[in-house]
Amino acid sequence: MKRYSAFAIAREAARHHLGWERAWASPEPKSHYDVVIVGAGGHGLATAYYLGRNFGITNVAVIEKGWLGGGNTGRNTTIIRSNYLQDASAAIYEKARSLYETMSQDLNYNVMFSPRGVMMLAQTQHEVRGYQRTAHANALQGVATEWISPQRVKELLPIIRLDGPRYPVLGALWQARGGTARHDAVAWGYARACSAMGMHIIQQCEVTGIRQSDGHVTGVDTAKGAISCNKLGLVVAGHSGVLADMAGFRLPLESVALQALVSEPIKPIMDVVVMANTVHGYMSQSDKGEMVIGGGADGFNNYTQRGSFHHIEETVRALIETFPMISRLKMLRQWGGIVDMTGDRSPILSKTPLDGCFINCGWGTGGFKAIPGSGWGMAELMAKGHSPLTEAFGLDRFREGRFVDESVAAGVAH
Amino acid sequence: MLTLKCPYCGIQADETELSPGGEAHLTRHGPGSSDGDFHDYLFARQNRRGVHFERWRHAFGCGKWFLAARDTQTLQVFGTYPAQVLEPPQHIRDAINQSQN
Repeated sequence: MKRYSAFAIAREAARHHLGWERAWASPEPKSHYDVVIVGAGGHGLATAYYLGRNFGITNVAVIEKGWLGGGNTGRNTTIIRSNYLQDASAAIYEKARSLYETMSQDLNYNVMFSPRGVMMLAQTQHEVRGYQRTAHANALQGVATEWISPQRVKELLPIIRLDGPRYPVLGALWQARGGTARHDAVAWGYARACSAMGMHIIQQCEVTGIRQSDGHVTGVDTAKGAISCNKLGLVVAGHSGVLADMAGFRLPLESVALQALVSEPIKPIMDVVVMANTVHGYMSQSDKGEMVIGGGADGFNNYTQRGSFHHIEETVRALIETFPMISRLKMLRQWGGIVDMTGDRSPILSKTPLDGCFINCGWGTGGFKAIPGSGWGMAELMAKGHSPLTEAFGLDRFREGRFVDESVAAGVAH
Repeated sequence: MLTLKCPYCGIQADETELSPGGEAHLTRHGPGSSDGDFHDYLFARQNRRGVHFERWRHAFGCGKWFLAARDTQTLQVFGTYPAQVLEPPQHIRDAINQSQN
């Protein structure tokens, strides 16, 4: 792999840009790999990358039914934060956030991490108490967040209307080192680094079955033939239930559609990420000037990658109350992703009833921000059989009643 | 917008008038059952891509629970029926078979 650098740009400029090589190879699958990862989204590629980087396991294939990063990795609102209440969540999300800080250097690929600050507005007394509690919890966990006053909110975000008609802004939970990153570049950067380590990334190759003997996984059937493996990682987000069905176990998951939309590009009006959970909308401005807007998830099971229209209406209505100046913006496009929700709104990173088969799913509405931490923990779990980062997120927590209850902490989409 | 016909009041109700209640026809395992059965009753879900039987409540209408058969991939609705049954009635199964042949 040729490194990207200022020198490389100069070199290629001098020879009509003929020397750029493909970022990753697209080989035909071999018949056997030590590890097969199903799902070439951010989490799957990050798992493969850290298996190679941290544990030297490079005989790895990442199999993808569609194209690389074409699922939720390319459909989210790119927000990165780690201001969670529970210790286990704060640990894995803060690991992820800290890895984002140096990801461009690690991968030699510009993921455009922009720690512009994430502001979660408190618009009811209940939320004020909740976020103050989270700020105290974060102080103990070593996550840098603070509770800020409405005046400070206004300084950071001049376009906000503090005395909203329904819900005035009473303060906010502020994480200065939260922010955004270029979501596609995260997948592309990991894919390039994996390919450079000799791993195979196989796109357009749907998994149709999971082979097992004596309760141990032996391989997968795919559209490109059977592939055997010693260990299998299922990292397929919304379609986890379908894969689990092939492997012969059920999951405490339900898949629903979550939507986002972007406006036409406008001049810079805000340089922070804002989340308003009471009225249910969140917004940031992309580097191109578009307002990136997210809202609520549907309540019913859905695999259609589009959501219910009334959620858009509710989200936009809420944001216009808080930011009256966006009321005449035109929206450019809208899309949906299939998110897999667990009962406690926390992910599952776990061994499964099938020996040698591991699963990473249940990130629900908050997967993008966790990609590097999730990959780091999942790789350790697959290589060593246990990981301090993933310990609390086992499948057996449901049977044992050890929930990591972020549905209370986050309240809504997170 | 998804619309479902409430089998009690006969209204073709908009999604905003209804509350989704998750998978239908779960078998309740109570006292005396194994831990595994109780775990499955509480947590394990089929989460099917395709025909899905599910519970809905006509929350901003008559307030009653009913069941629906719906395809989660196409959003096609095969029909709704009252909640006091242990399995989908024949006319719902016929509607599903008909659409898949």
